[in-house]
Amino acid sequence: MALVLNEEQEMLKESAQGFLAEHAPVSELRAQRDAGSDKGYSDTLWSQMANMGWAAILVPEEYGGLAFGHVGMAQIVEQSGRTLTASPLLSTAILGVTAINVAGSEVQKSELLEAIAGGELTMALAVDETIHHDPVQTAMSAVSKDGGYVLNGEKRFVVDGSTADKLIVATRTSGSPGDMKGISLFLVDRTADGVNVKRTQMLDGRNAAIITFTNVEVSIDALLGEQDKGFAALSATLDAGNAHISAELLGIAQESFDRTLHYMKERKQFGALIGSFQALQHRAAHWWSEIEMCKSVVLKVMQSLDEGDVKSSALASIAKAKLCEVAELSTNEAIQIHGGIGMTDEYEIGFFIKRARPAQMLLGGYNYHANRFALVSGY
Amino acid sequence: MSDLQVFRQESRDWLEENCPQSMRSPVIAGEGACWGGRNWTFESEDQKLWMDRMGAKGWTAPDWPTEYGGGGLDKAEHKILKEEMGRIRARSPLDSFGIWMIGPALLKFGSEALKQQHLPAIIRGEIRWCQGYSEPNAGSDLAGLQSKAVDMGDHFIANGQKVWTSYGDKADWMFCLLRTDPDAKKQMGISLVLFDMETPGVTPKPIKLISGSSPFCETFLDDVRVEKDQVVGDVNQGWTIAKYLLTHEREMIGGMGLSGSGSKTLGAIAAQTMGTTEGRLNDLFMRTDVARWEIDAAAFAFTAERVTDEAKAGQGIGATSAMLKYYGTELNKRRFETLLKIGGSDDLVWEGDVSNDGWTAKTLLRTKGNSIEGGTSEVQLNIIAKNILGLG
Repeated sequence: MALVLNEEQEMLKESAQGFLAEHAPVSELRAQRDAGSDKGYSDTLWSQMANMGWAAILVPEEYGGLAFGHVGMAQIVEQSGRTLTASPLLSTAILGVTAINVAGSEVQKSELLEAIAGGELTMALAVDETIHHDPVQTAMSAVSKDGGYVLNGEKRFVVDGSTADKLIVATRTSGSPGDMKGISLFLVDRTADGVNVKRTQMLDGRNAAIITFTNVEVSIDALLGEQDKGFAALSATLDAGNAHISAELLGIAQESFDRTLHYMKERKQFGALIGSFQALQHRAAHWWSEIEMCKSVVLKVMQSLDEGDVKSSALASIAKAKLCEVAELSTNEAIQIHGGIGMTDEYEIGFFIKRARPAQMLLGGYNYHANRFALVSGY
Repeated sequence: MSDLQVFRQESRDWLEENCPQSMRSPVIAGEGACWGGRNWTFESEDQKLWMDRMGAKGWTAPDWPTEYGGGGLDKAEHKILKEEMGRIRARSPLDSFGIWMIGPALLKFGSEALKQQHLPAIIRGEIRWCQGYSEPNAGSDLAGLQSKAVDMGDHFIANGQKVWTSYGDKADWMFCLLRTDPDAKKQMGISLVLFDMETPGVTPKPIKLISGSSPFCETFLDDVRVEKDQVVGDVNQGWTIAKYLLTHEREMIGGMGLSGSGSKTLGAIAAQTMGTTEGRLNDLFMRTDVARWEIDAAAFAFTAERVTDEAKAGQGIGATSAMLKYYGTELNKRRFETLLKIGGSDDLVWEGDVSNDGWTAKTLLRTKGNSIEGGTSEVQLNIIAKNILGLG
């Protein structure tokens, strides 16, 4: 497939650009932060996004979705990186939808996917148990009891975990941490007995939760996919998640670059525009080249996900690693080239580094993905 | 069957019949490549046969017009031909600066007479070309070149010195930038001219590189007669053509960052050489370097693919050759630094079987020139800053 957007994808990109610039610019994130918003995002905005069908993009048509694919979804996510728009798009419409679509029963799919597509249900994925992402080390226990299960353990860095209606929880039903076999996924209501949610506001102004599960009883219907065989579905979900976080980081990198380039053409020192200094020109040109690399890896992984290619897992790690690197470069160069004003809270450029760092670390940073890529490549 | 299917079948049959068995294996590190020309010694009868047959069919330059002896193929047919050649692992029948550089420039800027004179001989591999661009005092600042051609009425007389002439000692003809108007602004007084390397006064002298090989020459021009009808385009308008050719050259060199599809990955070489434990390379610092390189190399390969696809779809910004040249050559340099570390002390052996006669070390040394030739990395960054980012 040619590495270009088709006309429909191009149109979606433009409409996302227009909508987000008008309704969810960086100033909205600042307002949410300053107001100490409980949710970290605006319900009004999320229902507008759902009304435009954005929650339904990855949902198959038979469950009320648009089945528009990952390339399409990535156009929205990339734009939301440019505007730093906070919303449950990742946790619900990407991670939630992918997990349910890959692992869910007919009943689960028709109930949950339709509700998500309609903007009536939000989800959160609970994977990490330590301060570093490493899903194969899942230890949280789920034990069979009376035809159902009892869950015990703690999850961290659960994005939107304090607001989501339902949680998708990775647990261990057999084997030991480190085994791929023995991992099972469960759907748990956030408000169920024994679920304790502690909201943590992160440096990007958004929410992530630490959630403890104490003797939480769930029925057999809560099992998402087969017992002990949840790792494949979890991996597929994380691949999609990492691919789309890469798209968001691409938006962040591009917007940081564009704003800095604009500043270089306006700021004067030593009686000249700072953009006329070769020391800065070369940094900008290198930076721009790196972003060009990022555009390609992101589009590649999205097409690969849409084609269901076996390579998409490796490509997701390539994309996430590369985007972690370049998002770091971008947000650092943005501040350095802006100079003192880049250090002020009043100026918006500083918001990009604050969103980039949690997004980089979420579902595994550079080292995690470089390591994962090396392992699948046989070294 | 569609026309393209017919073309595929016919090409397949023709290649099957005409490509000698010994020409169905890849050229590795230049071994077995065919450059043609008056001075060429064919390594085998098959190599000559293969070049001659492909040349006669125009498939050494598949997309050039048939009126000059080219293959006349459109993009889709050209792609099929490449696929069919790849299917039987057929070698390139002819490597040629004529096909890659001066030919495309002649097609775009040359007079009808020049096309008729030079293109058929390029296609058949009869004439080998070299490029006379850089001078001792005009490297990155190419437009500052001083070698001159003085108008003598019915011809020019050229004097000066060129440097970094690729295969200048083996080539038959040179395409050369000369100053034809010393009083004009520097870009405005340059012409692109063609002359035979056997013309009296042309003296190429090989330059030995740090890698031990001598692919380049310095070429002295002492009262060299250049015919007036051998000016490409208009007199004093050579800079436009030079820029076109430089863009072309950047694209070629930038492709070096792409490790060929058939070659082993860096990870596989490292695993084989250094061993693994539980699926991880034994040297964990090396493992990081290798993974970092492979991630960047994948990103670069996808970018080359995307830029090509965007150009086909009429999208994109076009002026991306500087970025590909910059990124690709820096990547290639890193590849060989990593390879040399993987190879350890064996790869430091300059001559001998253990290092394949120092292949890694010599190639590493050669790659240092990748980010200099065809415009340095710094010049590429200048081009990006100026032409793409609009920084003055």
